[in-house]
Amino acid sequence: MEVFFKVSEEILIANVRGEIDHHSAAPLRKTIDSSMKEFGCRNLVLDLKGVEFMDSSGIGVALGRYKKLAKRGGRICISGCSPSIRKVLDMAGVFSLIPEMQNAADAVALLSGQEQLRMEV
Amino acid sequence: MGNVMRMEFSALAENEAFARSAAAAFVMPADPTIEELTEIKTAVSEAVSNCVIHSGSESVAMECALEKSGRLTIKIEDRGVGIEDVDKAMEPLFTTGDEEERSGMGFTVMESFMDKLRVKSEIGKGTTVIMIKYLDVPGDI
Repeated sequence: MEVFFKVSEEILIANVRGEIDHHSAAPLRKTIDSSMKEFGCRNLVLDLKGVEFMDSSGIGVALGRYKKLAKRGGRICISGCSPSIRKVLDMAGVFSLIPEMQNAADAVALLSGQEQLRMEV
Repeated sequence: MGNVMRMEFSALAENEAFARSAAAAFVMPADPTIEELTEIKTAVSEAVSNCVIHSGSESVAMECALEKSGRLTIKIEDRGVGIEDVDKAMEPLFTTGDEEERSGMGFTVMESFMDKLRVKSEIGKGTTVIMIKYLDVPGDI
């Protein structure tokens, strides 16, 4: 498991690659939390586009970050879910708390308040 | 006759990936879909993680059996502390672990990704999880 970080305004984009399981979840949480602090970010995009496998350990990673950020008035958005990853997160009702966007760019737009309201005509 | 595989490994977190990869490799001759493979890997990962985190067992045994009909049985067994109340443990969101870290969704994931799930547990003796999945097999395997 690897994480690549990018910062855009006050948003930390965590591009996770590889496999998220019980073994890799602890270092993943740690590196995201310390990077949030290091870069002084309030908001987080958890980009799962490069994740090849994820079990229910990913639910704890997402909800744990949500709780931490919410306490400080920050927000989190998830992007790049494969159908199976979405199914696991959905089982625990993660998307009732955390918005999901198709890609990291849309997630950044959502968190920075620049998202376009799409209307069907 | 079908195909059977049995293995035993240390109850270590790094073996979670090994166990799910081994189960996936075992079912490959049945030509599973990517979705079936992901579901099997996820269910195995959940069951093995439970043994590693909660059981206190030194080792975990995994047995996979694949019948010609496409019926796949995976048995994951530990010789750990056992589960006091299996029904309660299987409830969604129930966890005895760190709430920040563990979601309590392991058994729910196993149940929804496999076709059948049975959990047998005895205090002080250990826990056995048996999961069955019917793979869509066109013709013989």
